[in-house]
Amino acid sequence: MSEFTRAEVCAAAIADAFKDDGEIFASPMGMLPMLGVRLAKLTSNPDLVISDGESLFLAGTPPLFAKADVVEGWIPFRRVFDVVAYGKRHVMMGATQVDRHGNQNISAIGDFARPTRQMLGSRGAPGNTVNNRTSYWVPKHGIRVFVEQVDVVSGVGPARAKAAGPGASKYNDIHRIVSNLGVFDVHGPGDTVRLLSVHPGVSVDEVVAATGFALAVDGEVPVTREPTETELMIIRNVLDPKNLRDREVPS
Amino acid sequence: MSKPREKVMTIDEVVAQLSDGMTIGIGGWGPRRKPMALVRAILRSDLKDLTIVSWGGADVGLLARAGKIRKLVYAFVSLDSIPLEPNFQRARQNGTIPEVVEFDEGMFQTGLYAAAQRLPFLPTRAGLGSDVLVNNPQILTVTSPYADADGAFESLTAVPALRLDVALVHLNRADGHGNATYLGPDPYFDDLFVQAAGKAFLSCEQIVDTAGLTIDTPVQRLLISRMMVDGVVETPNGAHFTTCTPDYERDEKFQKVYVAAASGSDDEWAAFEARFLSGDEAAYQAAVAAFNQEQA
Repeated sequence: MSEFTRAEVCAAAIADAFKDDGEIFASPMGMLPMLGVRLAKLTSNPDLVISDGESLFLAGTPPLFAKADVVEGWIPFRRVFDVVAYGKRHVMMGATQVDRHGNQNISAIGDFARPTRQMLGSRGAPGNTVNNRTSYWVPKHGIRVFVEQVDVVSGVGPARAKAAGPGASKYNDIHRIVSNLGVFDVHGPGDTVRLLSVHPGVSVDEVVAATGFALAVDGEVPVTREPTETELMIIRNVLDPKNLRDREVPS
Repeated sequence: MSKPREKVMTIDEVVAQLSDGMTIGIGGWGPRRKPMALVRAILRSDLKDLTIVSWGGADVGLLARAGKIRKLVYAFVSLDSIPLEPNFQRARQNGTIPEVVEFDEGMFQTGLYAAAQRLPFLPTRAGLGSDVLVNNPQILTVTSPYADADGAFESLTAVPALRLDVALVHLNRADGHGNATYLGPDPYFDDLFVQAAGKAFLSCEQIVDTAGLTIDTPVQRLLISRMMVDGVVETPNGAHFTTCTPDYERDEKFQKVYVAAASGSDDEWAAFEARFLSGDEAAYQAAVAAFNQEQA
């Protein structure tokens, strides 16, 4: 029995994705990203600007899904679009598919004209990825998610951004992909997905086998750092006392 | 003293202004502050071949299920607490919406701005490199006439104006002339929808006199001016089952029943329709009240 769970490792890894961002709007989509961002705000990067996911900037750092205590700003959807274009934002989105070149799909599975499974639509992914730093969170790493080529390109990876010209590539910044198995970036050969670390208890072979494309692996792959005592205290007692995290990433 | 004209009308009078093949923009956002009473009235009508422009929720789902949509312009269709809209999914997977135009959600705003400002297009980065431009070859790029700091002339997405024949929006309070306030957390883009449209119809929770609009409400909440509005309808609970904060929140229990019916067999959907959608708005609200009593 380990002293920390996989979900807690993921929360710390997500927090690390935001630690060097400085004073920007951190936009997590989904529960684990929200936990990670708030953990970063309480530890490595207190300058992060966070919201309730609705229309308020929160001055404090409340637990998951709690109401605001002190409010420090107004961020209705129209102003989110303004901040996207302004650039001081790091969004962590989900991904139905991610491919070798770091393109993401949340739109539809199959042929776009008549999908086998219609998802959300592309939402803000096309705009996010050519305007501000973008990361992805994948709670269930597998070959159906990590595919050679996504069916619909919603989020734009660096190779496609470069091909579309400086208007697209200038601010394209795919920062991290965090999954339940490891941490990745898109700086493999030819702007491909590269394994940065495997979570404690996960082998490189396991990650490679669960990835549906040739994953870039540079030499010896480190193990994702363990959450600190302070982080575990904050996660368990402050941000997620109901342990919602274990539902998303079972141990 | 002369007064501006009164525009109060009934739901049916609004629908009488619509015709087959029109491009209709629906305000709100996903499952939030949607003009559902007006959408339900379209469901009851004979209208067909509509182009619907919406950051979509159940408005799109219901119209798609009823076969009203010939062309859909959207960036997403979602119920938020239940991410995927089952009627929209079903329509897409069965190929029953003849034409779809999927935008990025910020690009959608850019298109409404262009229409509101009577411009043919406005530039944005959104769309570049993505399949939004691949699946919509009619959306082109434009090259900046100005060099950037590196001397490059950037190509940007030229988002075509999203011109609407009609906009339908729902706000908390309005006067009979069409001035209206939103009292919830977010204006969404209702002001853009009405300015992008040839005609705009506004439903609201309550019609008050003009002075009443600002009696306990900051003037900054007056989102829509009467010069942008052609008709006003009072439809209490008219955004149901979407949010209309602070008048009411989303009816999550009802939404679950809607989703179960929409995801179920044809018979299950028929039963939902018979119970909730077979009568007029008053019948709908009575059925919802009875449903809520059962749930209590």
